[in-house]
Amino acid sequence: MEYFDTLIVILQSTVRVSVPLILAALAGLYSERAGIFDIGLEGKMLAAAFAGGAAAAVTGSALTGLGAAVLVSVCLALVHGFASITQRGNQIVSGVAINFIALGATVILGQAWFRQGGRTPQLSGDARFTTVELPFAAEIADIPVLGSIYSDLLSGHFLLTYLAFMMIPFTWWVLYRTRFGLRLRAVGENPGAVDTAGISVTWMRYRAVICCGILCGIAGAYLSMAMTAGFVKGMTAGKGFIALAALIFAKWKPVNVMFACLLFGFLDAMSIRMQGNELPIIGVVPVQFMQALPYLLTVILLAGFIGKAIPPRAGGVPYVKER
Amino acid sequence: MSVPYAKLPAWVDYGLIPLINLIVAFLVAGLVVLAVGESPLRAASLLIEGAFGYGEGIGFTLYYATNFIFTGLAVAVAFHCGLFNIGGEGQAYVAGLGVALPCLWLDQFAPWYIVFPAAILGAAMVGGFWAMIPGWLQAKRGSHVVITTIMFNFIASSLMVYVLVDVLKPAGSMAPQTRAFAEGGQLPRLDWLLASVGLDIGGAPFNMSFLLALVAAFVVWVVIWRTKLGYEIRTMGHSPTAAAYAGIRQSRIIVITMIMSGALAGMMALNPIMGDQHRMQLDFVAGAGFVGIAVALMGRSHPVGIIPAAILFGMLYQGGAEISFEMPQISRDMITIIQGLVILFAGALENMFRPAITAFFATLGGAGSDKPLPAAE
Amino acid sequence: MNDIAIELKGIDKRFGLVHANKDINMRVRKGTIHGIIGENGAGKSTLMSILYGFYQADAGDIFVDGKKIVIRDPNAAIAAGIGMVHQHFMLVENFTVLENIMLGAEESQVLNAGIAKARDELRRLEHEYELEVDPDAVIEELPVGLQQRVEILKALYRGADILILDEPTGVLTPAEADHLFRILEQLKSQGKTILLITHKLREIMAVTDEVSVMRRGEMVATRTTAETSVGELAELMVGRHVLLQVDKGPATPGEVLLSVENLSVRDRRGVEMVKNVSFDLRAGEIVGIAGVAGNGQSELLQAISGIRRAVSGKVLLQGEPIHVTGTADPSELRHRGLAHVPEDRQQMGLVLKFDESENSILGYHDDPKYLNGVFLNIDAIRKDATDKIDKYDIRPPNPRLKTANFSGGNQQKIVLAREMERDPAVLVIGQPTRGVDVGAIEFIHKRIIEMRDAGKAVLLVSVELDEIRSLSDRVLVMFDGRIVGERAPDAGEGELGLLMAGVEDSKEAAQ
Repeated sequence: MEYFDTLIVILQSTVRVSVPLILAALAGLYSERAGIFDIGLEGKMLAAAFAGGAAAAVTGSALTGLGAAVLVSVCLALVHGFASITQRGNQIVSGVAINFIALGATVILGQAWFRQGGRTPQLSGDARFTTVELPFAAEIADIPVLGSIYSDLLSGHFLLTYLAFMMIPFTWWVLYRTRFGLRLRAVGENPGAVDTAGISVTWMRYRAVICCGILCGIAGAYLSMAMTAGFVKGMTAGKGFIALAALIFAKWKPVNVMFACLLFGFLDAMSIRMQGNELPIIGVVPVQFMQALPYLLTVILLAGFIGKAIPPRAGGVPYVKER
Repeated sequence: MSVPYAKLPAWVDYGLIPLINLIVAFLVAGLVVLAVGESPLRAASLLIEGAFGYGEGIGFTLYYATNFIFTGLAVAVAFHCGLFNIGGEGQAYVAGLGVALPCLWLDQFAPWYIVFPAAILGAAMVGGFWAMIPGWLQAKRGSHVVITTIMFNFIASSLMVYVLVDVLKPAGSMAPQTRAFAEGGQLPRLDWLLASVGLDIGGAPFNMSFLLALVAAFVVWVVIWRTKLGYEIRTMGHSPTAAAYAGIRQSRIIVITMIMSGALAGMMALNPIMGDQHRMQLDFVAGAGFVGIAVALMGRSHPVGIIPAAILFGMLYQGGAEISFEMPQISRDMITIIQGLVILFAGALENMFRPAITAFFATLGGAGSDKPLPAAE
Repeated sequence: MNDIAIELKGIDKRFGLVHANKDINMRVRKGTIHGIIGENGAGKSTLMSILYGFYQADAGDIFVDGKKIVIRDPNAAIAAGIGMVHQHFMLVENFTVLENIMLGAEESQVLNAGIAKARDELRRLEHEYELEVDPDAVIEELPVGLQQRVEILKALYRGADILILDEPTGVLTPAEADHLFRILEQLKSQGKTILLITHKLREIMAVTDEVSVMRRGEMVATRTTAETSVGELAELMVGRHVLLQVDKGPATPGEVLLSVENLSVRDRRGVEMVKNVSFDLRAGEIVGIAGVAGNGQSELLQAISGIRRAVSGKVLLQGEPIHVTGTADPSELRHRGLAHVPEDRQQMGLVLKFDESENSILGYHDDPKYLNGVFLNIDAIRKDATDKIDKYDIRPPNPRLKTANFSGGNQQKIVLAREMERDPAVLVIGQPTRGVDVGAIEFIHKRIIEMRDAGKAVLLVSVELDEIRSLSDRVLVMFDGRIVGERAPDAGEGELGLLMAGVEDSKEAAQ
């Protein structure tokens, strides 16, 4: 029973840390399936976390915070869109730029506005998202196994957590069952086909980066207003890159994204849990190894040693009409 | 194929347009300064004063510039082969081992001029190795070097924390760093160099590795533009199909270029470890690998552009520190913003002002000596 | 007036310095097949792209069914009943046929409703026009002919009454092309108007009712097909009598310099493109390989020159084997006397961003005469480039000018000078005059014949049958990866055409 409880605790924190990964990876999915590579997920998430934390602290409203987070993230996404779609610039370079701008600006503005060393004020009450209990969670908590899975693992998360998990089937539906999804996938594979079909490649791709911005915004809001109570300097700490790795690991497919993010989240939760503890058979595993594992796995996958990740064909290439 | 831009005079292409991009980046940065309630003009004058106003400032500026010359060259070399090496940060970090280990072994018996070559070799080898793996994976397995090098940055970071905390930390010490090096592991400062123009560098750690950086810049120029290898690298970078036609072995060139790039990034580790802190500390690279991207873009991947670009960023780092004394609102993070803006305007948006400038030169019209060239069919 | 489907008045278009369309006027009658013919780069595709809204004209008006309309984008063209089949198919390769057809014409935000309807409509179109194709097949798994059919269905699905086909037969075998023409006749009989862009006279004569000729961006004439001749059209296209009979004496073939035995090559996707090909090439002769593009010629060239690895077979260069299935690489072959002018000069033969002198050593950059140890000998390279510029009359004569700034003909001369001046034993040339102006064509043809007369062995691959016939001493015809026959260059066009179409060769079979 003790192992089971430990497992539940680890899984619960897996869910907690997976949420921003899922949202950011899905954000990347919309953008990259439309042919715009985005290594600026990290920066957008960070800027959103700051905007959310700041706006919530000032207005005392979590929803306003969320709105601000999404707005800022979408603005940065549009900068990336302008550079990569309109100006046909290098998408990698643009993503790198956005990461740095976000990293610097959040601290400078945070310090100027709140004077707490780059933090935003501690959020409390309505300014922060609260967890929700699923119906009957308390009542059935005592039922062995199932009760604890329901009330400890499934219940008691933030609304944003449920939203993130619902985004998975929703994104799948959008991608494969709607006109928007058909066009989005087409524009990432062969923009020429989209253009000659009378659809604007530019507008399609802008819509894709806006979707990306919205989801990164929610991911950022989750970090500063749900997972913790306020923005801390550099709080994304590479999550945007893990999400990017997860997206590649998932071969740009929505349902795979969930599993990849849960796997990477699980590794993260384990590494926190295991700090210094011995594993059966293996012995002590350096915590740094666990932290590096998602990146290692992605490198191995990308190298085609386990399956093959084929990116969208028109990815990273600005669309220019042929002469 | 994109529609080629009309031809502009070379000085516009290589001088005016990059300059305009840079100015715009700084104007936007000025807006940020304004937004936090400070005067951009005063900030700029503090910046320049802090970076160039006195000997010690200049010493620090050049110390930082040393880092950025190495990392900028690293990014530039890869650019010439059509590769984007975002992994300079990780390569430099791991290369710290190549510097620290020779120092730890030799510093007590050998003078710096014995340890230094060993450390150069170590840094280049370890940094080159760390870049060779993504290069090899790109060449042989087709995995995108951008993604792999990003992943390798994080792997490097975990690896180095492990090494510093669990392996190299002296017993009984709390700080995750190696022991301090004896004299053999310390590079002489270049105070005499600035003294020759009447400047006193005070406590600035401006050291021998600056000269090494200049040599590296020259070597990179020779290799890229004046050797067969460089010709092959540039052919690859412009057109992989032409390279295949010419019988250039692509995977070999990719791997060699990445090793060169990683070796250059790796040599950056010499400057802080042997030149300043005289020990290896956690996070000693401190973002210099990423600054290299901005430096290479600004310097148009040419050593002649990279050196001033690196000095500009050195100025930002040093002058930025000065500003934060006077203007507490403006911390070092301001530099990160400027770095991002430079990458954005000099890199991703490099052609934004080109149509307008082309139109402007077109209106000058007949006065120009450039006849319209016969267009390609 | 009502029988005019399309009328263009004063269409003018420039791309930077290139004047692609100059004051074009044209009328297309309803229910006809109207050909537009012209050389590569004459402005045909640009004109049609303007009609389809892909580009906007700088000046001029478009009338459809007598009404003046503005076509800002393909949407407007589609709304006006215009459909287009592009030269490079505009299909999403990993989508199904149905998804491709629906793209842009989905009818509703959610796909489900539209899918059933699209399926029905597709079935109806298939029956009406005999255009069978499996709606659930994935495009990349379909042969080219069927992919083109999907493109036609796409246009019909959008209710096109006017169908533009841009060089539709470039990628087709003659049999597939004939099938396409039957489809076009069928469409015409149903009242559709068809605009057929091509540079092949045979096609114009075979299927069109009327034909318009373009030359260097201008519309030079419109003729009723029945009342014109191949000669007249050719003259109109080129602007003077086509003098394709090149001056050359009889060949004096010597020893075998290149011997290809049972060579098989796969393309990037693993499809076998060259199947068990054997032939000999002798000193002092030009052997031409004729065939419709895409029948394995490119892969054959690449395997012989060491760029692409062969699956099996042997190649002997001057009697010594080349390891074509393994380690053969282009630089080794160059050293052994095989020079290669590639089919695609802009992507393969040149680095457009290099200056002229840098391109003049591409592939020979390891030659000691351009090097000082590992360093480039810049002076020697520029001197060498200047000599070649003089000898080949490359303009402008500036070895430091960026290669992208040379015209197509001069770019080709840079490649030829580089390859020919090495004095190779064997010269392998692909599409020597593609996209080259008429003046340069003559120069290039002369140089090729001079090479032959100097005792070199020349292997010539071209999709221009006329070029093959006028230059070659022997013609090999390639179809579906095989050499299906050998003929003398004066064999009838019809006879060669049948071979290129893969029609069984009775003479070979009898042997």
